[in-house]
Amino acid sequence: MREVLEGSQAVARTVARCRPGVVCAYPISPQTHIVEALAGMARTGELADCEYVNVESEFSAMSVAIGACAAGSRAYTATASQGLLYMAEAVYNAAGMGLPIVMTVANRAVGAPINIWNDHSDAMAMRDAGWLQLFAADNQEAADLHVIAFAAAEELGIPAMVCMDGFVLTHASDVVELATADQIDAFLPPYHPQQVLDIDRPTTIGTMAGPESFTETRYLQHLRFLDAADVIAAWSDRFRAAFGREAGGLIARYSPDTLDRDAQAPPASSTDLTVVAMGSVLGTLQAALAPLRAEGVPVRLVGVTSFRPFPEAALREALGGSRHVIVVDRALELGAGGALTGSVGRALAGTRSRIHSVVAGLGGRPILESSLEGAVRRALAGELGALEFLDLKTGGVPVPVEGASEVTR
Amino acid sequence: MTTVHIPFLQTGTLAVGGRLLTEEERSVQSHADRPSSLTKGHRACQGCAEALAARWVMDTAVEAAGGKLIVANATGCLEVFSTLYPESAWKPPWIHSLFANAAAVATGIAASLHAQGRDDVRVLAQGGDGGTVDIGLAAVSGMFERNDDVLYVCYDNQGYMNTGVQRSSATPATARTATTPAVGRHPGQAFGQGKSMVKIAMAHEIPYVASATPADLRDLEAKVRTAMSIRGARYLHVLVPCPLGWGSASSASIALARAAVQSGIFPVIEARAGELTDVQRIRERVDVSAYLEPQARFAHLFTPGGEDALDRWRALAEANIRRYDLLGGAS
Repeated sequence: MREVLEGSQAVARTVARCRPGVVCAYPISPQTHIVEALAGMARTGELADCEYVNVESEFSAMSVAIGACAAGSRAYTATASQGLLYMAEAVYNAAGMGLPIVMTVANRAVGAPINIWNDHSDAMAMRDAGWLQLFAADNQEAADLHVIAFAAAEELGIPAMVCMDGFVLTHASDVVELATADQIDAFLPPYHPQQVLDIDRPTTIGTMAGPESFTETRYLQHLRFLDAADVIAAWSDRFRAAFGREAGGLIARYSPDTLDRDAQAPPASSTDLTVVAMGSVLGTLQAALAPLRAEGVPVRLVGVTSFRPFPEAALREALGGSRHVIVVDRALELGAGGALTGSVGRALAGTRSRIHSVVAGLGGRPILESSLEGAVRRALAGELGALEFLDLKTGGVPVPVEGASEVTR
Repeated sequence: MTTVHIPFLQTGTLAVGGRLLTEEERSVQSHADRPSSLTKGHRACQGCAEALAARWVMDTAVEAAGGKLIVANATGCLEVFSTLYPESAWKPPWIHSLFANAAAVATGIAASLHAQGRDDVRVLAQGGDGGTVDIGLAAVSGMFERNDDVLYVCYDNQGYMNTGVQRSSATPATARTATTPAVGRHPGQAFGQGKSMVKIAMAHEIPYVASATPADLRDLEAKVRTAMSIRGARYLHVLVPCPLGWGSASSASIALARAAVQSGIFPVIEARAGELTDVQRIRERVDVSAYLEPQARFAHLFTPGGEDALDRWRALAEANIRRYDLLGGAS
């Protein structure tokens, strides 16, 4: 049934239909509507056989999820921004212990200065924590990715973050078709934990590992992560077969002609300019690139859906040696450059692609179609730098520009 | 208390093995088939009262739960000395996650069990004073406030012993630690600092709060049994002398725990829903010096100039005796 729903409601209903045994949460904008909706469903009984725990911090939210998952329940929480960083220690811990918790991250900037609006700096801060990180392009995908996330996480024994742009998706109403409870019951296997605190088969979970075994622990964790790309792809294929629509996958391909999402789209070629991005800005890019495409400019669009594991091979193949690669980056590695750009650069090592990082939309700054279109035109004219801040206001602000050498001491 | 005290005055101790008692009255620890939840092979220091108390507490809890007990452990000595991969000294299902989150992990386990309809399986969380009173306090308080079905046990050795004996907010006044050196005009931990976790727990008005020491095995076991007979959030605070951190003989741990109680320094109490319901009276009162002097961390109190501090210790003991009627004189 197609219906108009707020992104948070779409996610909450889908999560509920995945039948979590324990949902725990601490409120933080812009995640609140999701956990409010789940709290309501837990009270009405729509979310059955589930304990909803109101905790006193995000640190405890992840800790409750750790305990619940280790005791054999499908466990879910949601957070954002400062909350994700406040639970950081437990985020790493859940991954190290192989507990397949699923968490929505309603992506939001990290302070200071405090800012409740969207960018990707929260998720990027946790990119090395050992979680799958799947980024939704729109509300439909945000909802669907949760089903894939539970399936892949539980098969792998790796926790999964579903990242959706705060406010831009969480608070926006859009037409969606939600997976029904029956459909999810048929699609998602029941949770069979790989390790569990069982009174009949007692185990010790969370031991100390010394120098003689820690490296091997991390190596094994990495091997499982290498499997993760195939597992995510396989569940995404199954999802397409079961539901008749695209969701998940490692990367999102877009038709060169229509710029619509198209899993069969051919790779770009060495004469193309390809824009790479994650999250809701992909929708903006579809619109922004359309006039260029209409003029016959060879522009392509590729989305990164799985940031962890990072799909280096799939991305390299899809970019096809594009002459220009513009990465629209919603997070900044201070002192280095765009966060997504770094990973894209690694995927393109040894190719002749010229990579431009366009840092855009920090702290909720709107990303305008006209600005994106302008960046592409400047790249084609050879005027786009290696790192640019889209729509940076320079009036009245002392802005060091690339190559500037004058420094007052 | 929930059991009648049986003093064995001929030995001057309450820590009896049970040979003189009937079978029903004997302690869990007196039985050859005790669970030994924390079994042999761990790496605790000689004379570690935490290892002793943890085994006693968990054995009693395992028995009370009919063998169906899951344990969440905070980071700390108890975790480090018991579980260096690939070995484990724990017999029940046991999980260690982080330093500050044992109470929240236990909440998650309890929530999961409830969702699965497994209310027959019980949950115990445990940690040291650092993991409880300092870094883990928010999670402990949250678990209390929600009245989650968890027994939380704090083994209080009054400092960060695992990291090399630094001060915690459970370190007593004047105690020398690596971060409160015994130098200057006010040597050691400052007077007026520190917090009482027992009072904090009582302020949450949870169903059951108790304190105990390994100097009184039967009392400790009785409190664990009582705690396990109740549902909801429960708190047990156990004073555990630490030969390494306290600078005491490894053979003195039980005697020091007893002296802490008999001097009035460590009140042994029970409370329900925030109300004090029972107090263990001082049986043979001793001066605070009987507790302090065998500990090197208080050595500076027994040098010229230490008299004032000793007087303040005596005042602390007197205040406890008044507050909890430890001598039983009040009508």
